[in-house]
Amino acid sequence: MSDFISPGWSIFVAVATVVSLLACLVLLFGASKRKGGSADDTTGHVWDGDLRELNNPLPRWWMLLFVLTVVFGGVYLVLYPGLGAFAGQFHWSAAAQHAADVQRAQTAIAPLYARFDGMAHQALARDPQAQALAERLFINNCATCHGSDARGSKGFPDLTDDDWLWGGTPERIAETIREGRQGQMPPMAAAVGNSQDVRNVANYVLSLSDGPHNNVAAQLGRSNFVACAACHGAGGKGNALLGAPNLADKIWLHGWGEDTVVRMINEGKLNVMPPHKEWLTESQIRVLAAYVWGLSQPTTSAALTR
Amino acid sequence: MYAKEATIHPRAVHGWFAAWRWALVWGTQLVFYGLPWLTWNARPAVLFDLGARRFYIFNLVLYPQDFIYLTGLLVISAYGLFLFTTVAGRLWCGYACPQTVYTEIFMWVEHRLEGDRQARIKLDNSPWNANKIWRRASKHIVWAAIGLWTGFTFVGYFTPIRVLAAEALSFGFGPWELFWIVFYGFATYGNAGFMREQVCKYMCPYARFQSVMFDRDTLVISYDEKRGEPRGSRARTADKAALGLGDCVDCTLCVQVCPTGIDIRKGLQYECIGCAACIDVCNGVMDKLNYPRGLIRYATQHSLDQGGAAPSWQTQLKRVLRPRVLAYSAGLLAISVGLAASLALRSPLRVDVVRDRGSLARLVGEGRVENVYRLQVMNAAEASQRYRFSAVGIEGAQAITRGETVLAGAESRWVPLVVQIGPEQAQALGPGAHKLMLQVTREAAAGQDAATVVEKTTFLVPR
Repeated sequence: MSDFISPGWSIFVAVATVVSLLACLVLLFGASKRKGGSADDTTGHVWDGDLRELNNPLPRWWMLLFVLTVVFGGVYLVLYPGLGAFAGQFHWSAAAQHAADVQRAQTAIAPLYARFDGMAHQALARDPQAQALAERLFINNCATCHGSDARGSKGFPDLTDDDWLWGGTPERIAETIREGRQGQMPPMAAAVGNSQDVRNVANYVLSLSDGPHNNVAAQLGRSNFVACAACHGAGGKGNALLGAPNLADKIWLHGWGEDTVVRMINEGKLNVMPPHKEWLTESQIRVLAAYVWGLSQPTTSAALTR
Repeated sequence: MYAKEATIHPRAVHGWFAAWRWALVWGTQLVFYGLPWLTWNARPAVLFDLGARRFYIFNLVLYPQDFIYLTGLLVISAYGLFLFTTVAGRLWCGYACPQTVYTEIFMWVEHRLEGDRQARIKLDNSPWNANKIWRRASKHIVWAAIGLWTGFTFVGYFTPIRVLAAEALSFGFGPWELFWIVFYGFATYGNAGFMREQVCKYMCPYARFQSVMFDRDTLVISYDEKRGEPRGSRARTADKAALGLGDCVDCTLCVQVCPTGIDIRKGLQYECIGCAACIDVCNGVMDKLNYPRGLIRYATQHSLDQGGAAPSWQTQLKRVLRPRVLAYSAGLLAISVGLAASLALRSPLRVDVVRDRGSLARLVGEGRVENVYRLQVMNAAEASQRYRFSAVGIEGAQAITRGETVLAGAESRWVPLVVQIGPEQAQALGPGAHKLMLQVTREAAAGQDAATVVEKTTFLVPR
């Protein structure tokens, strides 16, 4: 009833419901009092001069079903929400039902994961049953952004390489899944200098990974990179504690090229991985973390074969 | 406006058609009660596993995606009903409908414990004494037991019945199992014990629409008015011609045996379920009087109008093979053959292709283009299967999966699949969506031939 601002509507709905139910009863009672039929077993209705309607009374059990329906309606309205804003004696709500269902589902799957709780990540990544479970979890929870093959796309990190924004140990991966991550690059234009300085720094960044760049501009930009080094490190190697990407490799999550880097410095970036502790149990997160970790280990079977 | 429906106490009947009805009772119920107990490949032969969404019917393993077969079965049932009804009236209602079959079983119990029609009417009107209490109580206990056994058997199609039997011993049913056993048990008890003809008269939609399939050449249970009237009782030795009477002795046995309480002598009525009890009982009376059988018989309106004179065989053939009979037969045959062929040629694997939504296309390495797909691979057999994936339709397209894909019997799995093409191919195709076929092959193994499924999809080359 939250759609209505005035409580008057709640009262209106409740009154209309109760009056309708009572009207049904009155109609049933009145109709059952009426004695249909006459000596010749017709209703007495005549059409077109001689067309008469044979009396074919409703079976009594059918009538009782009508009464039963009304009684059911009354009992239902007392027990469950339905009469305006009245919550019903059971205080049932869809949200509570959902929470109970989730609780029940988690209790039901707990024994399935019990075997995995004591296992090390390395062992989990090799266990076929754990991998099958984790693959389903991945498809349902992670593949939407990171892709079914876990290799991501622009803005969504590739999970199969050895480049990790927040650290690639199983524990760090589990933390990422559980708590989510907020990778924040603030707009740095003011700290770097004027637009030419920004372009110089961008060229310096590109030079770190040996990409095509203007050598002179890169040399000029080197000194201003100090502003970036606070997060990305003096050599641009990144910092997994802050989620600062490594600028010295060939992986460009948000796109590559001088203009892209310039825009990144000017505008900054906020990239979010949502926390999953609401949906996944701790056991599920462990199994999933081991799976994701395994994806980047060339020796496990989970890695893509080419 | 409403009235209590009078209880009908049909008289027990024996004869040719009653024997047919009992044969169908035995036939249908042996199948219904027996089927869940059959074992096949160390599992129940027929099991509808709703939880796992797998439907086992002997050596078939069906997926929810195979629901088309259920549609086919329903269409066959419908055409069968249409055809039989057009040819010979409500055969289904009279002999094979569960409502008829269970009513027959329940009436047999009633007959054993309370006696035939007269005894039951007397018992109805008698005060509650020890005899009545004993007879009534024992009847309801037997009815309830049959009902519960029916409910138990029904649920046994959805939970392996041996598991269910073990649960029954410790009364460890799951809440829904218990609910459906009691529900179907109660439905059987109520419908076959109490509702009986009320179900046919007021609830059943088929009962009402079957009459539109009748025509003047449909065999329906009919009283031969020309031969029977004027009706009247007479001594066995009396000369009916001298008395000016027809063959009907007005014994009212046809009314007494009728499970819906109608008088067939009033002609075709919507309540008539076509059980032929009146034919059986009337033939018995005719035999006693040495009159020819068939005062009440399966007859067409045409033949009744002609007063028994048999038409030529050409006319008869023309009437039987009339357009609506031929049309229903053709429909029935076409759907049956189609369903059988489709089941026989069914692939042992199923594949659904879903393009990955996260990324449309990717550029990797030296200008190669990559698309990601998710394949739901379903093993529609009971042995494990090993699969090979390939991309067809674009030259040089390479399909890459993670490790091996081996599925256990009746297992289904989402398999991520990457398709890559080289830079020259990408250049040649140009940006946009291109047709691509993904081919999934079940590798040949012991007792298995290779089988291939090809699914259409698109390959995107970015701008």
